[in-house]
Amino acid sequence: MAPEAPAKAPVARPRAEAPRPLTRFVRWDVIVTALLIVVFLGGAFGSSDFATSDNLSFALDDLSEIALIALPMTLLVVAAEVDLSVASVLGMSSAVFGALWDAGWAIETIVPVLLVIGVVAGLVNGLLVTRLGLPSLAVTIGTMTLYRGLAYVVLGTKAVAEFPQNYADLATKTVPGTPIPYPFALFIVLAVVTAIVLHATGLGRSLFAIGAQEEAAFFAGIRVKRIKLLLFVVSGVVSAFAGAVYTLRYGSARADNGLGMELAVIAAVLLGGVDFDGGKGTLGGVVAGVLLIGLLRNLLMLHDVATEIQSIVTGLLLIVSVLTPRIAAKVRETRRHHRGSPSASS
Amino acid sequence: MIKRPLVAVALTAALAVGAAACGGTTKNSSGSDNSGNAATSGKKADPNAPLKKGLKLAFLPKQVNNPYETIVDNAGIAGAKEFGGTAKEVGPSDASASSQISYLNTLIQQRQDAILIAANDPNAVCGPLKQAMSRKIAVVSYDSDAAKECRDVFINQASSEEIGRSEIKVMSDLIGAKGKIAILSATANATNQNTWIEFMKEELKKPEYSGIQLVKVAYGDDDDQKSFQQTQGLLQAYPDLKGIIAPTTVGIAAAARYIDSSKYKGKVAVSGLGTPNQMRKFVKDGTVKKFELWDPANLGYLASYAAAAIASGQITGAEGETFKAGKLGSRTIGKDGEVILGPPTVFDSSNIDNYHF
Repeated sequence: MAPEAPAKAPVARPRAEAPRPLTRFVRWDVIVTALLIVVFLGGAFGSSDFATSDNLSFALDDLSEIALIALPMTLLVVAAEVDLSVASVLGMSSAVFGALWDAGWAIETIVPVLLVIGVVAGLVNGLLVTRLGLPSLAVTIGTMTLYRGLAYVVLGTKAVAEFPQNYADLATKTVPGTPIPYPFALFIVLAVVTAIVLHATGLGRSLFAIGAQEEAAFFAGIRVKRIKLLLFVVSGVVSAFAGAVYTLRYGSARADNGLGMELAVIAAVLLGGVDFDGGKGTLGGVVAGVLLIGLLRNLLMLHDVATEIQSIVTGLLLIVSVLTPRIAAKVRETRRHHRGSPSASS
Repeated sequence: MIKRPLVAVALTAALAVGAAACGGTTKNSSGSDNSGNAATSGKKADPNAPLKKGLKLAFLPKQVNNPYETIVDNAGIAGAKEFGGTAKEVGPSDASASSQISYLNTLIQQRQDAILIAANDPNAVCGPLKQAMSRKIAVVSYDSDAAKECRDVFINQASSEEIGRSEIKVMSDLIGAKGKIAILSATANATNQNTWIEFMKEELKKPEYSGIQLVKVAYGDDDDQKSFQQTQGLLQAYPDLKGIIAPTTVGIAAAARYIDSSKYKGKVAVSGLGTPNQMRKFVKDGTVKKFELWDPANLGYLASYAAAAIASGQITGAEGETFKAGKLGSRTIGKDGEVILGPPTVFDSSNIDNYHF
């Protein structure tokens, strides 16, 4: 894409870019999927406790909130934005859940209220980013602290417990006949919807366009600000809903619920091969990334690997996931240069 | 593009609220769902059953790499060796409410014989613990209790009454049962401290302490600087003060530091609850003669034996059952499945070097 490339180059490029097996496999989302399969098979053969439906359902249930929030986060990162306030929205939602439940409200009323809170939280983020033109990293670091603070205002340091069993079951029990817990089943449905939106609609293409070149997207007629605002609202709603799931799953509403989860979500998205600079990524990669983090953690725990080592493994994997596509891109670039026209590279 | 989805969300929310208004699941309507209290009622205890060999125990502390919890758990692991079992410590690196859950699930998968937990949140750990108990895994909580229907027994480090009363005994010894004393507490509404102080006042009513006068309870808010200033204030207000009891580790260290550097050194006795590492310097230089704390090593040791006794069918966790806990002798289960470790350990210059925490 170098603008100074000579006129001859475009003719040569299509041939260089034709899908060849090797470059195809260098795509990170494919690598993550392969890694996921390796971890799964390694686990299944290495430990008799791993591939049981009990253990898998535990591991999947443990991922519920991270997986759910990873979906809107993927859309945001593809559009070159980020929302660091997601875990705080989750905590705020959990705190409000506890306070209202304690005050005798019905769950059927509380959950819609939480969703509205999520909309408002997302609107605040989105409006600050789109109307004031502030960077989302800075805005959401601010609201991350703000929403967590509000959670403590609502519930203080106390914990509200004793939620009804039928709803707790909904958050922990599996879909009959499968090892898939209900929250994770919901994730699968939403992941399919998100994948269709991202990869098969105009809106999805707009996200990639915004992420790749915001100004160009704007001049191409894409309603950049509205789309971004929508993304932040969706992120808020999903995080607030994840707060309800979290509360019921643990049976404990606390203001510090989900503390630090935003990093786990972003880690999963990056591990899934989404470019933090925007414009690149697949939802399939993110799903594989989420599963890889969860299953790897579960496997390490089953083998009594110390927490510190678990963090080191996840950290290294993350660095590799960010590095590999860049190195691969560099390799491709130099190769293309050599192939293109010898005169241009002299 | 944005308006339509927002309207849809609002509509859905409105519809859902409307539907809910017709009646829903509230705290009151669901109250009866949660009363699954008699978790241990079905089992039968055989007090003469021998401790099983090769039991697998797992300690799950609030967080790993916390020096206090490490002592507890290591002593428990050593205790398990005595009765031919194996024990390990696993746990999260942060003490948040939910971080213990995935560890619990893993331990259930590994089919441990007993799980020993210092709960970060009494309710959040409840689901998996119940599941563990339903799979015949013994569940012992220590240091920080889980909801009582979610564990077999709780090993309580010390009863509040024993701590309160023994604080007065120690102080009385130090000042010859005569003179004015003050208490330097944590915050004004700290549950632990207030309970202990109540028992201290109770103990002071006994005739043998008639020469002791409690002049003030000061609050240092468990803040080092503030506790230091409060100590200073106490001695300005009561220059003839004989002793200060600080039933908090922050308070006792701050009080000792002030006395150590002031003209009151040697004239005012300081005691209370502290950790040996924190107080070693003051014990060595004579500022503090004696202070107390439960012995965390014994806590882990006792928990280990309790877990083995449950896993071997000696006890079920019902009130009144007794079991033997190695070198600690026998213990009886009290109300709500609580086992008390015993009176707190008194540390002084003769034994402080045996403790490192």
